[in-house]
Amino acid sequence: MESAAIIDPPMITPVSSPQQQVASGSEPTAAAPERPPAFEVERLSIFYGEKKAIENVTLTIPSKMITAIIGPSGCGKSTLLRSLNRMHELVPQTRIEGKVVFAGEDIYAPHIDPVVVRRRIGMVFQKSNPFPTMSIAENVLVGLKLNGVRDRAFLRERLEQSLRMAALWDEVKNDLHKPGISLSGGQQQRLCIARAIAVEPEVLLMDEPASALDPIATAKIEELIHELSSNYTVVIVTHNMQQAGRCSDYTAFLYLGRLIEFASTTKIFTNPSERQTEDYITGRFG
Amino acid sequence: MKNSHLWRKTKSALASAASFVCALLVIAPLALVFLHLLRSGASAVNWSFFTELPKPVGVAGGGMVNAIAGSFELLGLAALVGVPVGVFGGVYLAEYGTVRGNWLLRFVADVLNGVPSIIWGVVVYGLVVLRFKSFSAYAGGLALGFIMIPLIMRTTEEVLLLVPAGYREASLALGISRWKTIVHIVMKTAIKGIVTAILLALARVAGETAPLLFTAFGNRFWNHDLSEPIAALPLQIFSYAISPYDDWHRQAWAGALVLVVMIFFVNILVRFLTRERVARVL
Repeated sequence: MESAAIIDPPMITPVSSPQQQVASGSEPTAAAPERPPAFEVERLSIFYGEKKAIENVTLTIPSKMITAIIGPSGCGKSTLLRSLNRMHELVPQTRIEGKVVFAGEDIYAPHIDPVVVRRRIGMVFQKSNPFPTMSIAENVLVGLKLNGVRDRAFLRERLEQSLRMAALWDEVKNDLHKPGISLSGGQQQRLCIARAIAVEPEVLLMDEPASALDPIATAKIEELIHELSSNYTVVIVTHNMQQAGRCSDYTAFLYLGRLIEFASTTKIFTNPSERQTEDYITGRFG
Repeated sequence: MKNSHLWRKTKSALASAASFVCALLVIAPLALVFLHLLRSGASAVNWSFFTELPKPVGVAGGGMVNAIAGSFELLGLAALVGVPVGVFGGVYLAEYGTVRGNWLLRFVADVLNGVPSIIWGVVVYGLVVLRFKSFSAYAGGLALGFIMIPLIMRTTEEVLLLVPAGYREASLALGISRWKTIVHIVMKTAIKGIVTAILLALARVAGETAPLLFTAFGNRFWNHDLSEPIAALPLQIFSYAISPYDDWHRQAWAGALVLVVMIFFVNILVRFLTRERVARVL
């Protein structure tokens, strides 16, 4: 694909780093996944002012797989997710300790521009948020256009391709010039996914992408996430354990800002190593 | 039981009657002013009012075309000063700035909003008129522009803050820079509100007389040079109204009517725009 060069020169050379063994102290960490890692989070702590939202988390997120982050409300799931593309920095007075290594480089290194990080690591939010001033087509293409892509043929091609990947093309192909907010809730969320993948990121972060949707729309989104994982690394936050169980390959269980357990989803749901994980999974708390 | 019900109903009726009277008291002045202007001024509003220059004392007829044009020129100059500073000041308040700095800035803007408009005239007199030793359209436009800045700034801030944070996040998460996010996403979403802020500020300063007294000064002829004194509708109304001539009084009424109708239409336009904005965005 020629697109990567059109958007921006890559921030860092995408080396799949071999040093995969995690330097962990007493923290529980995952069994090393067999795929090259997308993210290596090392001893990450995040503070909002005085409050510690994430405490000393170390985990390795595999590439081109779906990793779910689960845990009770307020456990820091969203903060951890947002720290992966520096979106949590929008909240004033945040501070981090530790590292988040993406494709071989710490995204918090001083010379790294968060704008460039976010170009490679896209995000889909809990509440669908198509831009209200824009049509369906404009919504999908806004990331490319505002980053200077002018080639009309290329834009048209990318429009169709993104909407197809988001399983929305057939529903909207005749209404591309209607406002994005005229779509139904589930369609709007798929439009947001199309918008996020139109800029060809390497990773999609999803913050409870189906929690505001009805079961049928949720099923569509989950199916879509599954399909996306063949091309993208997907990290999804969910407070719906069934959802994590259904659609993820790996699951991280977070409690009170700490990573309690990280393992393959099958293991977490059938044979967790930690007592707390088991209690949460079986609904004894949370 | 029954008694207390009756008493409650009475209280309710009294309260609604009182608010109805207050509502009438708000509407009545507008109706009265408008009716009075129509009665006194309508007869002098004719074709020559909009096409002719003022005639010398004692000569019948004449119009205020130079003052109408002058008002628009002054508003244009004022917009050149007030719109960019006001809008980008509002952007700073809504999108950048620290909590403490913004508190101070808002406080200053609110104080400036309360400064009597004649003070702006004096300030510009000192800054511009004395320095260049001439009343001028520039000075008048600057004085009006100063009045517009805090008005536009505070309203722009408010409409930008109405844009849900989710749109900013969505844009930033696409790898769009902060500045482009503000211009292409946030300001575009709030554009009608910003235009409304500008129109209301223009309508407000269009009727200002005091700041023009010793800046634009007024002019009985066409102004061909913005560094010369220029006529303005409120100034012309003022000088005609305090004159001893009946003919000029009628023209002053006519000028007042034209000014009020113009401002009235701007307000109707604003109503129209805000209704659209609320329906589409919020």
